Amino acid sequence: MRKYLTKKILIYILTFFFAVTIDWAIPRFMPGNPINFLISRFAGLPESVKVLQSYFTQAFGLDKPLWEQYINFWKALFRGDLGISIYMYPQPVAKVIARALPYSLIVLLPAVLLSFAIGNRFGAFVARKKRLDNFALPVFYTLTASPYFWFGILLAWIFGVVIPLFPLAGAYSFGITPSFSWDFILDFLHHWVLPFGSLFLVMLGGWAIGMRNMIIYELEANYSRYLEALGSSQRLIRRYAYRNAILPQVTGLAIQLGTVVAGALTTEIVFSYPGIGYILMQGILNQDYFLIQGCFLFIILGVLLANFLVDIFYVIIDPRIRKSYSGEV
Amino acid sequence: MTRKEFVHFFLKNKKVIFAICVYAGLIILALVGPYLSPYKDPLAFVGPGYQPPSKEHWLGTNTFGQDIFTQLVYGLRSSLFVGLLGGTLATVIGLLIGFVAGYKGGWFDEILMMFTNILMVIPTLALLIIIAAYLPYRGVFIESIIIGFTAWPWTARAVRAQTLSLKTREFVDLARITARKPMKIIFGEIMPNMMSYVFMVFILQFGGAILAATGLDFIGLGPTRGISLGIMMQQATLWNAIQLGMWWWAITPGAVITLMVATLYVMNAGLDEVFNPKLREM
Repeated sequence: MRKYLTKKILIYILTFFFAVTIDWAIPRFMPGNPINFLISRFAGLPESVKVLQSYFTQAFGLDKPLWEQYINFWKALFRGDLGISIYMYPQPVAKVIARALPYSLIVLLPAVLLSFAIGNRFGAFVARKKRLDNFALPVFYTLTASPYFWFGILLAWIFGVVIPLFPLAGAYSFGITPSFSWDFILDFLHHWVLPFGSLFLVMLGGWAIGMRNMIIYELEANYSRYLEALGSSQRLIRRYAYRNAILPQVTGLAIQLGTVVAGALTTEIVFSYPGIGYILMQGILNQDYFLIQGCFLFIILGVLLANFLVDIFYVIIDPRIRKSYSGEV
Repeated sequence: MTRKEFVHFFLKNKKVIFAICVYAGLIILALVGPYLSPYKDPLAFVGPGYQPPSKEHWLGTNTFGQDIFTQLVYGLRSSLFVGLLGGTLATVIGLLIGFVAGYKGGWFDEILMMFTNILMVIPTLALLIIIAAYLPYRGVFIESIIIGFTAWPWTARAVRAQTLSLKTREFVDLARITARKPMKIIFGEIMPNMMSYVFMVFILQFGGAILAATGLDFIGLGPTRGISLGIMMQQATLWNAIQLGMWWWAITPGAVITLMVATLYVMNAGLDEVFNPKLREM
């Protein structure tokens, strides 16, 4: 087990290294020299060109040799220095992101966990039940095929405009200040339902389909046939099938994390929910490159961490991995 | 499976037939749509704004008075293009890396898989963002290329696993004894046995590329000129189309994408039944 985790951690460290290198290299080596392009946008104002030129030279450390720039980039990173945001000048990028992060997590985490738990149960329930399957499958396919943000738009239109039940923008009402009072919590939840709901439902479709297919596959397996021949109840057979089928689903969770995070980012934009995705969009619209780079690093870090947690979870639920690495099997 | 059998099950499968019909319709719409529409330029301001669907504007107009139907058919074109180019590229790269890593094995395999695993953990969209953000001028072509070059890792891993199991079969051993070149064995012996799988991978990559492009367009990193379904939805969101109740602007483009991708999934499920007798409806 330790060997398994060490190997995984090694991959994650390498991935982080790779990601930071990309983050560092792209503004410097991209064809068309993005920094010049940035400066040229201010060509009409020769005064600001000079200021910008010196600012970028200093910020990117362009007057130093490349290897020194690279080392300095890492040093700044370990100090938590991600540069200054242009869009929210003069706040540091790290601070802007730290403020947005809780909003992203509070939508994303419950959506991922609940959709995984419920979607799998649902998929297992539907498998090999002809009528239910015929009805549920098209629904699941539609859910999982829709872009996250589009489903958000759809929910916003149905439950915000046609039947005005929920607010369409922000994490809480303008008139309210964040505090630990009932008023605020209720207001917050009220704003939280739609972004959460759209993420939850789209993911639910994917998990349910995956589980349904896995269960059908497992019910064809020899051990299921054998159990059936022994005359065990359908419930018992399905329980065994479920325990086997959940393993590839957990692997799938790790693989899907990137897509899910991307989906959450775009959904935040739909609801103007002040998380990382919303900040990122502002960064893109305002050409705030430090902010974009900072968001990129944070997203990668988050996904790496989540992957690691999934790995640990996998070890817990699959005894084969535990045993095989400690030499028992 | 003989060819005759394949054609029989292929044409009998309702899911496959459904998917082919939908795609035929979409492709025809993308090809002739721009000629059907009375307006030539999807970005031209052709009428009053805020118009719901009507005789003059089949899908209404947006805030600026641009025709939604015209934008939609042009966006459909670019979506299909991204799917085709990005999907093909991702499939080809994934196949090559998977084949070589699986067949050669050894430290070559280790390094390729290490690289694949690294890329797999990094969210594609994040990678696309950081690349696209620094490209001052972007077109649909460049967008497809970047998507193709970032979407291959899972394909490579799956193909490698299949190659590993195929390469220990007798017919591959036989080919090796006759001193055939590795590349010839891969493409002559191993790949033909995986064609069904390769086809399904392509379908998934096709859909994945369309979704990735839509996401990229939506956050403002799509083509700098022209129109796409993602850009339509980005503008709709930025200009509060939902709050104003303009469903024809905000909802329709995404509905088309959902239809495209869902159909691909249905197609894949159908093909699964064609290739795998165990799954056929009894």
